Amino acid sequence: MTGLLAMFRRLEGPQTVGRGPAFWALFALVLAAALAYPLFSDGYTVGNTVYFFVWVFIALSLCLIWGYGGSLSFGQTAFFGIAGYGYGVLTINFGSAYGFTLLALVIAVAIAALFAVLLGYFMFFGRIAGVFLGIVTLAVTLMLERFMAQTAGPEWRIGAARLNGFNGMSAMPPLTIPWPGEPIVLFADIGLYYLVLGLLVLVYLALRILMNSSFGNVIVAIRENPERAEMLGYDIRKYQLITFVIGAALAGLSGVLYTVWGQYITPSSMGMTAAALPLIWVAVGGRSDLTSTVIGTLVVLAAFQALTIYGSQYALVFMGVLLVLTVLIAPNGLVLGAMNWLGRIAARFTQRAG
Amino acid sequence: MDIATHVFSALYQFGDAFAFLVLSACGLAVIFGMMGVINLAHGEFIMCGAYVTAATVHAGLPLPLGILTGTLVSALVGVVVELAVIRHLYERPLDTIVATWGLSLIATQGTLIMVGSTMAGVGTPFGSFQVGDYSYSIYRIVLFCAAIGVLAALYALFNWTRFGVLARATIQVPHMAAALGVDTRLIYSLTFACGAGLAGLAGGLYAPTMTLVPTMGATFIMEAFVTVVIGGADVFLGTAPAGAVLAVVKSVMTSWQGQLFGQIGLLVAVIIVVRVLPKGISGFVLRERT
Repeated sequence: MTGLLAMFRRLEGPQTVGRGPAFWALFALVLAAALAYPLFSDGYTVGNTVYFFVWVFIALSLCLIWGYGGSLSFGQTAFFGIAGYGYGVLTINFGSAYGFTLLALVIAVAIAALFAVLLGYFMFFGRIAGVFLGIVTLAVTLMLERFMAQTAGPEWRIGAARLNGFNGMSAMPPLTIPWPGEPIVLFADIGLYYLVLGLLVLVYLALRILMNSSFGNVIVAIRENPERAEMLGYDIRKYQLITFVIGAALAGLSGVLYTVWGQYITPSSMGMTAAALPLIWVAVGGRSDLTSTVIGTLVVLAAFQALTIYGSQYALVFMGVLLVLTVLIAPNGLVLGAMNWLGRIAARFTQRAG
Repeated sequence: MDIATHVFSALYQFGDAFAFLVLSACGLAVIFGMMGVINLAHGEFIMCGAYVTAATVHAGLPLPLGILTGTLVSALVGVVVELAVIRHLYERPLDTIVATWGLSLIATQGTLIMVGSTMAGVGTPFGSFQVGDYSYSIYRIVLFCAAIGVLAALYALFNWTRFGVLARATIQVPHMAAALGVDTRLIYSLTFACGAGLAGLAGGLYAPTMTLVPTMGATFIMEAFVTVVIGGADVFLGTAPAGAVLAVVKSVMTSWQGQLFGQIGLLVAVIIVVRVLPKGISGFVLRERT
C-alpha cells in the first residue's frame, strides 16, 4: 500500500512539467472532454482522432530516448514497422478467435523490443553515442524499408501471410475482445477510440512515474554528463539499453495500433519521410517533457492534416521549414516554451495573490 | 570461363563497389572529419549535382562540363546552407542532424514540386567491352579512376595547400587556430562547400547510370553513412580503407545473393564494427600510432 502511494507521488517531480492541484484539475478536465468527445462527434472524425492518438506513442518513445536520454534515434519507425508487420503476420495466420488479436498485439510489441535489445546491445555496449547512434539507427531503418519493399514475389510469405512488397500487407483482422455471446470487434471508431485513449493515459502516467523515479533521474544524469554518471557508479550502458528497449516497445505499440486502425501496413511507413515526421512533432513540441510532446504531436499532426487538405504537396516542405526554424530559434520546442511561460505567469499571479 | 576472367569479374565488381562507396561518402566524411557534423542532407546535395548535370547536358554541353557545373552549383548551395543554418549550430551537433534532415525534407519535396516526379536521364557514355562471357561497362572503370582521383586530390588539398594547413589546424585546436589569426568561420564555410561540392560531384558522376528522381539521394546515403561510421573522422586513414573493406563485403555478398544482401552485409558489418572499433578504422589506426 505504501509502495503504491509512493508510486503515485512520483507522478510529479523534477523531470516533468506540471504539478499541483491546478495542473491535475486541468488534466482531469481534458480527460473528461476526451471521454465525452465521441458523444458529440461522428464516427469518421472519431476514427481520425484515433489516428492522431496512435502516433502519440511513437512520439513519446522518441521523447524518452532523445529528450530524456539524449541519444537521437532515427530507428523508431523501424520498430513501428516490425511490430506492425508482426501483428499482421500473426493475425492473418491465426485469426482473431479467443481474443488472439490482443495476444498478437503483445507478441508484436515484444518482437520489436527484442529487436531493440539486439541492436541496442551492439550500439550501447560498443559505446557509440551522439551522431553515430543516429546514423546507425537510420541505416537500419532504411535497410528494413528496402528489404520489405522487395518482398513482392509469392515466395515471400510467412504462413498464410504474403508480405506483398511495396503494396504492403492488408486485411488483417481488427482487435477483437472476446465477450460472452458476441465478441466485441474494435473497428476504427468509438470502440478503438476508448481503447487507445485508455492506453494513452496509462502510458503517459506510467512514463511520468518512471521519469520521476530514480531510474529517470539517472537517465537524465546520463544525458547531462555521461562521464559524471559513470563516475557515480552507474553502468550507463545498461540504463541506455533499457531506455532504448522501452522506447522501442512504445514505437512498436504505435505500429500495431496503426496497423489495427487502417488494417494495412506498407514499407513506406519505415521510409525517410515516415522517420522524419515523429522527429518534427517531438522537436516542435519540446522533446524534454512528456506533456509538451503529447500536445505538440497532436497540434502538429492536426496542422499537417489541414495543410495536406489545402496544399498537399507543400505540407512536407512546410514541415521541413518548421523543423529547421524550431531548431534555430527555439531549440527546446515551441510548446514547452509556451508552457514554461504560462507556468511563470501563473506563479507570479499566485505570489501576488498570496 | 578460366580463372583469369573470374578474377577480372571479381576485381571489376570490387572496383565498382569501391568507387560507389568512396564517391558517395567522401563529401560526408570531409564535413564530419572537419566539424564533427553529420550532414543528413548529403543525399540531396548528390541529387542536386545529378540534376544540374543532367540539365546542362540537355542544354547541349558535354558531360564533363555538366559534371563540373553540377559540382560547382552544389558547392554554392552548400555555402548558402552553411551561412543560413549550419553556422548557428556548431555547438549542438545533434541539432545539426535534425536541422539538416529538415533541409533534406524541403529539398526532396521542393524538387518534386518544381521539377516533377522524374527527370530525363543522360545516356551512359563509352559503351562496353567484352571479357570472357560477360560484357562490362567502360564508364564503371572511369568511375573507379574518378574515386582514386578524388582521394588523391583531397590528399593534395589537405597536405600541400595553405587552405589544407589552415583547415587541419582548425580541426586540431579551433581556438588556437583562431588566436593565430585563422578565420575559422571562413574555413568552416569553405570545408562545408567542399563537402557539398564532392556530393555534387558524386551525383554528377552517377547521373548517367541511374534514373533521376527526387528521392535518389536515399540510394546513396546508406552507403555513405556506413562508410563514414566505419571509417571514422579521417578521410585518408578512414574513408579509403573503410571503402576497400566494405567493397569486398558488398561485392562478395552481391554476387552471392543479390543487390539487397550486399546492402544487408554492409549493415551487419557496420553494427559489428561499431561494437569492436567504436571510433572507426581511423581511430584504431591513430591509437596504434601514438
